[in-house]
Amino acid sequence: MPYLGGEETVRELRRALSNPNVQSDQLRYRNTILKVIRAMSQGVDMSGLFSEMVKACATVDVVQKKLVYVFLCSYAALNPELSLLVINTLRKDCQDPNPMVRSLALRNMTNLRLPSLVEYVEQPLAAGLRDRAACVRRVAVLGWAKLHNLQASSEIDAAVVNELYSLLRDPDPVVMVNCLRALEEILKDEGGVAINKPITHHLLNRLKECDIWGQCQVLRVLQRYRPQSEDELFDILSLLDASLVSPHPPIMAATLSLFLSLCSGQPAVSLAALERVRGPLLAACGSGSREMRFTALCHIQLLLRSIPGLMGAHYKRFFCGYAEPAYIKQRKMQVLVELVNDENVAMLLDELKGYCTDVNAETAQAAITAIGRIGRSYSDRCLEILTGLLGLKQDHITSAVVQTMRDLVWVCPQCSDTVCFALEGCEETLQDSQGRQALLWLLGVYGERVSSAPYTLEVFIDGVRSEASLGVKMELLTATMRLFLCRPAETQDMLGRLLHYCIEEETDMCVRDQALLYYRLLHCGIEETRKVLQGRRSDPSLGVLIGRPAEPVSQWARSFNTLEPLRQGSIETESVSRGSPEHTMFDPKPNADLSNTLDCSRIEKVHSGKEDFVWMEECVRCPTIPRCSPQSLQAAMQLVNIQTLAFTPPQTLPWRVYLYTHTCLDDAPHSTLILGELLYTGEEPQKAEVHKDDKALKGFLSILTTVLHTLSSERA
Amino acid sequence: MISQIFILSSKGDHLIYKDFRGESGGDAVGVFYEKVTALTGDQPPVVMSHKGLHFVHVRQGGLYWVATTTADSSPFTIIEFLNRLSALVKDYCGSLSEKSVQMNFALIYELLDEAVDYGYIQTTSSDVLKNFIQTEAVSSRPFSLFDLSNVGLFGAETQQSKVAPSSAATRPIQSSREQGGKSEIFVDVIERMSVVIGSNGMLMKADVEGEIRVKCYLPNCSGYGAAVRVDEVSFHQMVRLDEFDSHRILRLCPSQGEQMVMQYQLSDDLPSAPPFRLFPTIERDSGGRLLMYLKLRCDLPPKSAAINVAATIPVPKGSLSLSQELSSPDQSAELKPQSRAVVWKIPRFTGGMQLSALFKLEVPGLSSASLLEVGPVGLSFELPKLTATGLQIRFLRLSPVQPGPSQRWVRYVTHSDSYTIRI
Repeated sequence: MPYLGGEETVRELRRALSNPNVQSDQLRYRNTILKVIRAMSQGVDMSGLFSEMVKACATVDVVQKKLVYVFLCSYAALNPELSLLVINTLRKDCQDPNPMVRSLALRNMTNLRLPSLVEYVEQPLAAGLRDRAACVRRVAVLGWAKLHNLQASSEIDAAVVNELYSLLRDPDPVVMVNCLRALEEILKDEGGVAINKPITHHLLNRLKECDIWGQCQVLRVLQRYRPQSEDELFDILSLLDASLVSPHPPIMAATLSLFLSLCSGQPAVSLAALERVRGPLLAACGSGSREMRFTALCHIQLLLRSIPGLMGAHYKRFFCGYAEPAYIKQRKMQVLVELVNDENVAMLLDELKGYCTDVNAETAQAAITAIGRIGRSYSDRCLEILTGLLGLKQDHITSAVVQTMRDLVWVCPQCSDTVCFALEGCEETLQDSQGRQALLWLLGVYGERVSSAPYTLEVFIDGVRSEASLGVKMELLTATMRLFLCRPAETQDMLGRLLHYCIEEETDMCVRDQALLYYRLLHCGIEETRKVLQGRRSDPSLGVLIGRPAEPVSQWARSFNTLEPLRQGSIETESVSRGSPEHTMFDPKPNADLSNTLDCSRIEKVHSGKEDFVWMEECVRCPTIPRCSPQSLQAAMQLVNIQTLAFTPPQTLPWRVYLYTHTCLDDAPHSTLILGELLYTGEEPQKAEVHKDDKALKGFLSILTTVLHTLSSERA
Repeated sequence: MISQIFILSSKGDHLIYKDFRGESGGDAVGVFYEKVTALTGDQPPVVMSHKGLHFVHVRQGGLYWVATTTADSSPFTIIEFLNRLSALVKDYCGSLSEKSVQMNFALIYELLDEAVDYGYIQTTSSDVLKNFIQTEAVSSRPFSLFDLSNVGLFGAETQQSKVAPSSAATRPIQSSREQGGKSEIFVDVIERMSVVIGSNGMLMKADVEGEIRVKCYLPNCSGYGAAVRVDEVSFHQMVRLDEFDSHRILRLCPSQGEQMVMQYQLSDDLPSAPPFRLFPTIERDSGGRLLMYLKLRCDLPPKSAAINVAATIPVPKGSLSLSQELSSPDQSAELKPQSRAVVWKIPRFTGGMQLSALFKLEVPGLSSASLLEVGPVGLSFELPKLTATGLQIRFLRLSPVQPGPSQRWVRYVTHSDSYTIRI
């Protein structure tokens, strides 16, 4: 391949190898063989030299032997007959007084991977298990695993399995670990090596003797062990505590994995273990090796799913270095978004702002998306940054900003004013289809507030013939229809032109069908059209849940310390709503009829505490509320600025919704936080816990009751 | 469990290929390189998959070190192993480059054969391996005139021979045994700074990650001490810490080759001021050009100096040409259109000095918003003979006393991991 005239080289080397003068001179012989191996590893086919190399195998020079074996193992499968000749030399070497030669022969005998040779190999392997030298035993133990995989059908002698089990007590730690590995492979069908109490305790006691690779292997195998009592469990855990904070990331990760599987029934212990590994994981995040940094970051993301606040104080460790590669920067930003809180938000946004103008377009877009995510909780500051970025008039930045704004508005409708104002003039810089789709969606949904919307759309409609992107065309149709509903006078003419073009000239079926659908819909009357097209402006199911709720550890424990977390992120970022947000939305289900018997019975002060909060309990008679979909309840609450923290799935009892809101009075020194729990268990009261501010509480309750009333009267 | 290991040059040449389990097809190398070249961006993702084959790779010495494995194997273990493998190759071959790997391929095959069997890692300890490795390393160091400069005139001892040449530690460990090479020990204190300075000159973040590395060409044993405040420390398992708490003495028996003896971290609270300050003025002139007036001050003690300082200043997109006024002739500046930045290089920067530069950039369609694009300035530099944490090695004693002459070298260096100054 890389060589011109590979055959010429082969011929020349063959001549040299069979030259008796070369054979007699050890150094020249070795150098010729070196040339063969070099050509082989560069990809030249050297299989033609097999018989010459077999002869070269019989030598006292260990270096030459090793080289020849590298060759033979690569090409044995192509020359099974000739390989038989090697076996004799190898078997002779197995008797050699030098343990290094013995282990070398044994290893390569099993590496030839020829089923026809199995009968010759078994005897030396069995002898190898009882060899004096540890290095021979190491090889022999793994040799049995190789043999087993070569002939999966033939059963390995039970005596050998027993011998392997007894070698778990071998004084050499590597032999012990290799036994574990071999038994795992040989007994795969039975679920691997038996991990019972004596074996577990034996392995744990000898853990310290192993090097890091051996420790990782032992810790991994032990994951299958189930302690018989709680005392035993805690004995094991305290024994492993030092490994949990090991400076070697592989040991730390393997120990945590073991902890999580041992403590699957004890979530509190698992969480404490996660706290313990914070230090070592952070250290791995600052490791000199980029790849190690990346791995640690990915695993920190897993941990944050269960303890969102785990790294809160260390957010600066996740600031991007300017020379770091894009994939690390993007991960760090994903982590930073999770760590945002009231104290650090200003610092974080400052830092992220710097990344938005990164040379790497992907990094810049990731930074903008990250700011958008933070915008869900701190919308004002983020919108300020985002609108500032539009001023740069660069296509990739503008596109990312518009998409981010669309996603943000979908979740936080209160941002719409700023966004509408910022949209003016963006269309000139937008180039890619994703960005233009986002702009069109925003223009359609908020058309009545963007004064220039019809003109912008007109430009798009005039250019529709040369438009290549299917998505943009579909979005354009919908946006024009929506705009028509709120500004008919300005839009009617261009809508006509667009529909005409799409129905008469467009070749794509999807676009044409959609245009036809809209055309027929318009025939049904404006009310029907409105019903179909004026969907939601926001996604009520998302609410203002800041970050994710803490997941139980068991959700991700299985993928910890595997390649899984390293691959996930790339998929995750892609799926973050591309295309219109409502396409990913699910339709609210039709609700059961609600009775309008909803009355507020009494307000009762249950407990007015010494502390700075009051408890209130109130009973609202409204039995049908739980049956109305949580999404519409949440949407209704948001209209009056009550935010939903969490709710139980519908149709479960007791059904709960947690709410919060806060007063923002200009004259008050600090605002009052109101936390509420809406509880439904047949007939149950509703509770609210507030900081001492009676007026605010009463206001909250009255608003809440009004919402509930309205909601049920709407449904009636 | 590792199925295959291969080493590729950055151009995709196969340097080393070893299949441990014979399970996956031999075309893995080709598939991997296709995936790498198909991607844009500065570095492909660490983990890539193709039809149930998972590639994990690291970049070291400009080479791809790749392992193929199953989905459930531990990424920490594999990445640590690949790093360790490259360190071993570096120990045995002296340096890490495409050339040294090519020249020593037989040695590397031998190493791989001993380190991994059937995809299971057996050992990576150089103490164990040295008993098995038979091949001698071929040193790839080219003849250099600098070597001659160390030879004194008429054999006289010159000042220079008190300083070890920088290449002294890049020789294979085994030559000390065979060629009767000098018995030497190198103790390197290497620190990496990552600093963020806000636009108002406030220090926003300062982290130092340091490590003490010992590179040992001695057949036997040694011990040494240090005293400083650090936030988090971890030690190599062979370090005995009996006297560390009281006297700050580390005792260790290093094996041949390079080891990380101690790793430490210091966050936020540095004992000295950050080494560089920047005072930028950025404006548009009447002719629509972008003017950047930068003053860079080095706050190191006057006796020390930073070398290879490079400041990267991001500039607006579409910047066409650069005219520059620099305060001394050895500096240089260049506009790099691909990375959209001006790179200002200062070969040597003595402590206490202040350098200034005036850049005029021709940017068509420069608007006031474009000034936003003049982003945070990144500095890269090297501070020889200096540690940011102030960590020092007071003494390095070998015990028992070595027969024959043995040389001890202690070297300090601080690198910039990421030194960012916001504008």
